[in-house]
Amino acid sequence: MLEIKDLHATVEGSEILKGITLTINPGEVHAIMGPNGAGKSTLSAVLAGRDGYEVTQGTITFDGKDLMEMEVEERAQAGLLMGFQYPVEIPGVKNIYLLKSALNAQRAAQGLEEMPAPEFMKLIKEKIGFMKMDSSFLHRAVNEGFSGGEKKRNEILQMLVLQPKLALLDEIDSGLDIDAMKVVADGVNSLRDENRAILMVTHYQRLLDHITPDQVHVLIDGRIAKSGDRHLAEELEARGYEWVVEEPAA
Amino acid sequence: MATEAMEQLARREYKQGFVTDIESDTVPPGLDESVIAFISQKKGEPQWMLDWRLEAYHQWLKMTSPSWAHLDYPPIDYQAISYFSAPKKPEDRPQSLDEVDPKLLETYEKLGIPLHERAALAGVAVDAVFDSVSVTTTFREKLAEAGVIFCSISEAIREYPELVRQYLGTVVPQGDNYFAALNSAVFTDGSFVYIPEGVTCPMELSTYFRINAANTGQFERTLIVCDKRAQVSYLEGCTAPQRDENQLHAAVVELVALEDAYIKYSTVQNWYPGDEDGKGGIYNFVTKRGDCRGDRSRISWTQVETGSAITWKYPSCLLRGNESKGEFYSVAVTNGRQQADTGTKMIHIGKNTSSTIVSKGIAAGKSNQSYRGLVKVSPRATGSRNFTQCDSLLIGDKCGAHTFPYQEIGNSRSTIEHEATTSKIGDDQLFYCKSRGISEEDAVSMIVNGFCKDVFQELPMEFAVEAEALLSVTLEGSVG
Repeated sequence: MLEIKDLHATVEGSEILKGITLTINPGEVHAIMGPNGAGKSTLSAVLAGRDGYEVTQGTITFDGKDLMEMEVEERAQAGLLMGFQYPVEIPGVKNIYLLKSALNAQRAAQGLEEMPAPEFMKLIKEKIGFMKMDSSFLHRAVNEGFSGGEKKRNEILQMLVLQPKLALLDEIDSGLDIDAMKVVADGVNSLRDENRAILMVTHYQRLLDHITPDQVHVLIDGRIAKSGDRHLAEELEARGYEWVVEEPAA
Repeated sequence: MATEAMEQLARREYKQGFVTDIESDTVPPGLDESVIAFISQKKGEPQWMLDWRLEAYHQWLKMTSPSWAHLDYPPIDYQAISYFSAPKKPEDRPQSLDEVDPKLLETYEKLGIPLHERAALAGVAVDAVFDSVSVTTTFREKLAEAGVIFCSISEAIREYPELVRQYLGTVVPQGDNYFAALNSAVFTDGSFVYIPEGVTCPMELSTYFRINAANTGQFERTLIVCDKRAQVSYLEGCTAPQRDENQLHAAVVELVALEDAYIKYSTVQNWYPGDEDGKGGIYNFVTKRGDCRGDRSRISWTQVETGSAITWKYPSCLLRGNESKGEFYSVAVTNGRQQADTGTKMIHIGKNTSSTIVSKGIAAGKSNQSYRGLVKVSPRATGSRNFTQCDSLLIGDKCGAHTFPYQEIGNSRSTIEHEATTSKIGDDQLFYCKSRGISEEDAVSMIVNGFCKDVFQELPMEFAVEAEALLSVTLEGSVG
């Protein structure tokens, strides 16, 4: 589903990603871990298509298409959706309006008609119920005045509505208390099926207690220094990142 | 057709005997008494009307063009303007839509303007404008049944001279300001509305339906009178960009609300803003004022200003009746090199009067706009209240938004509230929307419409829908 080959990327002229190769197949959940400054957020930003990040070498293929040739909105319409660490506030725009526009943009890209209002309301009701959110959320401005936990729930709510093929979760666990963490994890887990994949970028092993990854990759200095199964995460939690650097790359 | 009828009328009433040659359709550029006399005569006006115009002209001569607004434009040569010109002859106009600027047509398409109206808006020589004769007839019958008068101001001066004379210039006096004085001297068309006592106008009135609205000209004069307990909702303008040969537009609108009357006046202004460098755009200098003359009367202005190269406009309310109410809801959008200095004046004179001001300014491109508002509470207007909310939204970093609120509070038993915010559509917000699959254009219009919704909900339904589309078109390409 996602194939990254020898990806090099620079930010303001300095190289942050120095040759990343990673393949994610449908049905898989991958976690990328690593110390601060290793390039985790650069990788997320490049995948999401943020400005200011220049890919200097390598390729990214999503569902057989060259991701670098796709506009940000095209990526989302094609099913690559990013859950942000710090979702931005948009005053004046109601949450429900954003959800509706996003869903209909996706449907339009697939050649489908807009979803009829009753069907849309039914869908939304079910999803906010699942995320244990109050329906008043829908009529509040996007992320405006939301607590950290509410913002993260809202990101996952969008995923549940838009049903991405590949969900990118950037530090989705930051700022969550235990209860909120559980709701968010339940939301993410409900997305798991054989046709969908999830890529999580995280600092802490804690998230992986709730969302079990199939593969864990350690990102150090712009390269994947080590890959393994979920036990690698436990080892990292216990031993830190230092030892990975000292061992030869996997 | 309408023009021909007017010509005939003008010829028929040519008995006051002025010197200017009535056969001629256009006066040479320049302004003096003979030009005013020519206009008055062309319109078949009575002597008092001509005297009124001349009085305005003499006041205008002593005035100077205001310079306090935050606007920048070269001095206007008033002697270079032709103050009366008959509409262009069909053979001088584009013969078909093929001859019209494709960009303009594209805009009509985006706004969803019906095909048969596009030609008329673009100034193409078409005979039957909007196929509206039958619509207009049924419409007139319905109004006549209710006793409502709705006609051109020229017609009103001839047919209802008493009513016009009683109210004309009582809200905006001839010498009120430079542009109002000029308008009073040379106005050539506009609308007149009278709603009799106790009548609620059975439909929304729109200049669109007034059959001879086609060439309203650059000095429009509108007078709306709502008698006791009467109500009317009036729509002015058109969401399609209108081109005009005349660069200077100086309209005057007067509203009079007697006891318990309610006038709702909605405008969508979309005059040609000029090309990318602002060349050829309309200068729009308007004086709009409502007089809440009777107790418990109410006047509400709602405006969506997207067009013109320069806008100078302050729809105001004189709250003279006790417990009268004034409202001003405004969305002003500027893009490219447009400049707008707009706002309102709420003058509280009666006791327990209240006013609400909600102004939303959106600046994009290299445009500049200012909100200028005055809230004045006279010493005897005790128990009065004002609420002002004034928000600006910037798109990009080459535009400017300014706020100039003035408050003069003459007693201590009144309440004034003022809230203001300035925000910017951030790249982060756009990126967020795009990462949800929403295109940049849709994202901008979603954010802008969210910003304006307090005002849009004041607009009549079909206007509100058009206004949203209009905003998207105006702001197209403003980001990036």
